[in-house]
Amino acid sequence: MENKKNGRAPISQKPHRIEKPEHPEYIGGSVKIQINEKEVTVPLGTTILEACKQNNVHIPTLCHHEDLCIAGVCRVCVVEIENARTLQASCAFPITAPIKIKTATPKVRKARKHIIDLLLSEHYGECYSCFRNNNCELQSLAKEYGVDHYNFGHIEKPRYKIDNSSYSVVRDMDKCILCKRCVRTCIDLQEVGVLEAIGRGDATHIGTFFDKQLSDVICINCGQCINRCPTGALRANDPRDEIWKAIDDPNKHVIIQTAPSPRAAIGEEFGLEAGHSMTGELNTALRRIGFDKVFDTNFTADLTIMEEGTELILRLYNALVNGVDANKVPQFTSCSPGWVKYLEHFYPEYIDNLSTAKSPQQMFGAVIKTFYAQEAKINPADIVTVAVMPCSAKKFECNRPEMVDSGFKDVDFGLTTRELAQMIKETGIFLPELPKSSFDDPFGEASGAGVIFGATGGVMEAALRTVIELVTGKKVENLFENANITPLRGFEGIRYVELNIEEVGEVPEMYKKYFSNWEWLKGATLKVAVAHGTANAKKVMEDIKAGGKFSECHFIEFMGCPGGCIGGGGQPIPTNAEIRAKRAEAIYKEDEGMPIRKSHENPHISYIYEKFLPEGPCGHKSHKLLHTTYTKRGEYIA
Amino acid sequence: MKKDKLRNGKVLFSDYSLGEGVRKALTLSRDDILFEVKDSKLKGRGGAGFPVSTKWMLGAAAIAERKYIICNADEGEPGTFKDRVLLVEYPELVFEGMIIAGYAIGAKYGIVYLRGEYEYIRKSLEDYLNLMRNENLLGKNILGKEGFDFDIKIHLGSSAYVCGEETALIESLEGNRGEARNRPPYPVNTGFMGMPTSVNNVETLSCIPHIILKGGDWYRNLGTDKSTGTKLFSVSGDCERPDVYEWEWGITINEILEKVGAKNTKAVQVGGASGICVPKSQFDRKISYEDIPTGGSIIIFDENRDMLKVLKNFMEFFVEESCGQCTPCRIGNVKLLEGVKMIENEQYTFAYLDKLKDLAKTMQIASKCGLGQSSPNSFISILENFKNEIFYHENGVENGK
Amino acid sequence: MLVFEKTSLAKEIEQLIEKYGNSRSVLLSILQEIQSKHRYISDYAQQEIARHLKIQPVEVYSVISFYAFLNSEPKGRNIVRICKTISCDMKNKMSIVKAIERELGIKMGETTSDNKFTIEYTNCLGLCDEGPAMAINERVFTKLTPQTAVQHIHKVVG
Repeated sequence: MENKKNGRAPISQKPHRIEKPEHPEYIGGSVKIQINEKEVTVPLGTTILEACKQNNVHIPTLCHHEDLCIAGVCRVCVVEIENARTLQASCAFPITAPIKIKTATPKVRKARKHIIDLLLSEHYGECYSCFRNNNCELQSLAKEYGVDHYNFGHIEKPRYKIDNSSYSVVRDMDKCILCKRCVRTCIDLQEVGVLEAIGRGDATHIGTFFDKQLSDVICINCGQCINRCPTGALRANDPRDEIWKAIDDPNKHVIIQTAPSPRAAIGEEFGLEAGHSMTGELNTALRRIGFDKVFDTNFTADLTIMEEGTELILRLYNALVNGVDANKVPQFTSCSPGWVKYLEHFYPEYIDNLSTAKSPQQMFGAVIKTFYAQEAKINPADIVTVAVMPCSAKKFECNRPEMVDSGFKDVDFGLTTRELAQMIKETGIFLPELPKSSFDDPFGEASGAGVIFGATGGVMEAALRTVIELVTGKKVENLFENANITPLRGFEGIRYVELNIEEVGEVPEMYKKYFSNWEWLKGATLKVAVAHGTANAKKVMEDIKAGGKFSECHFIEFMGCPGGCIGGGGQPIPTNAEIRAKRAEAIYKEDEGMPIRKSHENPHISYIYEKFLPEGPCGHKSHKLLHTTYTKRGEYIA
Repeated sequence: MKKDKLRNGKVLFSDYSLGEGVRKALTLSRDDILFEVKDSKLKGRGGAGFPVSTKWMLGAAAIAERKYIICNADEGEPGTFKDRVLLVEYPELVFEGMIIAGYAIGAKYGIVYLRGEYEYIRKSLEDYLNLMRNENLLGKNILGKEGFDFDIKIHLGSSAYVCGEETALIESLEGNRGEARNRPPYPVNTGFMGMPTSVNNVETLSCIPHIILKGGDWYRNLGTDKSTGTKLFSVSGDCERPDVYEWEWGITINEILEKVGAKNTKAVQVGGASGICVPKSQFDRKISYEDIPTGGSIIIFDENRDMLKVLKNFMEFFVEESCGQCTPCRIGNVKLLEGVKMIENEQYTFAYLDKLKDLAKTMQIASKCGLGQSSPNSFISILENFKNEIFYHENGVENGK
Repeated sequence: MLVFEKTSLAKEIEQLIEKYGNSRSVLLSILQEIQSKHRYISDYAQQEIARHLKIQPVEVYSVISFYAFLNSEPKGRNIVRICKTISCDMKNKMSIVKAIERELGIKMGETTSDNKFTIEYTNCLGLCDEGPAMAINERVFTKLTPQTAVQHIHKVVG
């Protein structure tokens, strides 16, 4: 994982404390071992699993996940070590001596088969009625080990009730194999801590506090557990049936908006390698499915930048010049609904720091059911808006009771990348073969700034491209080559950047009602930070609480998921650092290919302010439609 | 609760007065103590039989700001109660063993992990620790030995058999579920709070003061070649005098039966639920690491006992007491219990039972900790050694009906 | 739970934190004290403990659910545990169980209507030489007959 060093996992699940040598070539830095009689040298402390992988020896795994701490509980990765009485779990065994490993002896093969048989005996349900059919690690293992009948029987009745109380995550514990990946994701990777093993022995199951339903505990809906579940035990709350119903209803005008991250990842659902953006193909597919209009969420990402950027400038002006509301700086981004709910639960006292600007998804919903309905002369009551998002928390977000500023539910359904792929397949379409097409007017064009929202650091980069130009009056290209603000990019868990504002330009027309010059920013150092994954967010928040360097920041981007939206809980399964990096690459590539790469340069944005929001960003109408409020939820579970 | 010392034995149940062992130990160097322990060839008495000196030497060699000595008093094996007797009647041996271990290894902190079921003993142990503190057997500069500080606290469990496994015990001490850790690392270099920790059984520690007083050589001459010294046996079941006894290793089952007044014995379960069940034909076997090793539980069954019922009791125990983290133990024990019930209801096939026996062998080698590795032992040994009774209803036994 | 009950529980937990400290390793000790006083650890208590130890409530709940002597749901003021493991089983523990069930008018696992007793099975109490054995709260009773078992129960005050 990009950033885990001191998580919350029990010691038993932490990596072994062998300090890996700086250079394996140093004396004692490496050890000579045998894998299936072949001699190899590996750095001291390498696990058997890693050593085997490096030497192209395949070992099956279930509880192991690259993003997570070690568990060693499924036992499917056992191997034989010469002179050892028992088999050893290769994922959890650090090599410190010249051992001889055998990975496919009769004992090993039999043990693995037994373990798969045992798991299947308690795995309720049939593969063909499971959404993970053909993408299930247990199913693949059963195939790999030639399971053709249930050796130790098969459970006939469900033992648990399906929990579909949450808008975002559905838990079906009858399919759970107790690998604890979700527990490690929740408690260690994300440091939220909603799930744990409950009970003992045969009664052990994964549960929440007092086995309450998910909607009643402090789940932030990030869905990271879904992405790492090897089976169908965890899934997103799927609205496909209702969306089909709306599409099939001739009286409904069904509009879909697509976010950049699903476009960068959906190809994976059709067997493509990670890192292919399928924006054009997807537009065609969505029309064939029967959506009446296809819009680009990036349009409202640009709108978000205008609103949020303006909000930032106003907050800074208030704090620095007027000396009021200084506590509202740093401003926190609010486009990640997982992060927003995390803050509402764990740091409710910082609710005023959250930008009041809605997320692009919600802005679009509000704009469609007002501005668009008016322009297209359609009764907003007949409009159904669907948002394709990389995210499970977006489902919760669109169901927040306050998100009805258009007079209707602003966004009717949040759809994940996975679910959309399913709809495309149901239509009989093979996505990669489709011709490309563009988005529909009047929101056709969006800027590259909106595209990069998908990767961690992207919102900050997009905002800075605009803020720098508005304040300095100079092209951002003068400061950063090709307008790529590279210090903000990458996967380092927390990033901190300082920018000196040496010169200031002329105040743009839309801000003149607030102040007449930028002199108050001249010579200032703009301090910004980026954090992704709530575990990193927690570090930043604790630092702010303690009055550390992040408390002096002006603007901080927080994303609930590791890697940002491209690693969201609605994205194709599996996920790992490499896949996330490739998706991010695809997004930055798409940005570079865009004719417009800054939100304030998007002519459609100027158009909407002119026609619909004449008071400009953060004006009265903006506030009504495009801004929102938050709830201090706290941690207490009633 | 404290009884008059009426017990007899060559080591643990011999005469001893408080402070003797520690007093002698403090005249020796750390290396001398490690040597005596090595010379005694003492092995861990909890059941696994790991050489004590090896563990201690690794502990002594470890460099860390803190080290811990943990006394494993989570005796939970069915049919085992020897540690209870030591804690109630010979607490000085247990505590002094810990102090000497602390001296040898360089640890300042001792923790007794007392099983929740023994909460009633806690008070007397605390009182005894206070007495020892007053005698300067605990505390700072013990018995005037400059720089040697050691103290002991008692930590209570809350009933979980698996916490007798040393890494599960440490997890429990750290406030977690008692789930065994992955090994390596071993507690001796990464144990409680990540620090070097030596976890030793109550009985093991109790042997130490005597070994230090009389020498490793003296101890080694008791017992057999590979099983030196004496062993405490917890004897229960069908016999006239169930109790805790101290005998030398190498004693045969027949001799034990005779000493405790067992008649018409059909079977003896050696090592508790996780041990093996020995039939009459093998009663001349010796209790020793060379033949049948054990943590000391001896359960005697006479002619009238139904061995399938016995097995069912054991398997029910493991289904409940498995910590539930690893697959072979969590589900495997359920499958074995189902098999026992199938036999009980005459719904089995031999083919399926063979599959279960095969599974049992996998559990022995693929489970994460000793619990899962030993839980199938009685399944294998009872079905094998008592197949005539169980499958052919020899002697008219009806499998629990 | 009533407000004043919550306040006093919160205070109690604070005192325990003062006594033991606030590292995770004191969790079991704190749970044991709450358990022995209240015979269960309420959801409110669990959240308060989690808050002090800076862990999540589900972790506390998870730990409680692991140990047989800790519970999250209310039980009787006195818990009677009868050993069901092999040696006590062979000494006819069933006759003890039946006698107690008859006497209290409840089945194993249940609580009397006056909330005075909960009866349940336990695994090996380590009293195999003196079976059949049972524990009432922390105290143990050995070499039981159906009659003595019931007598011990009737002697319990409170």
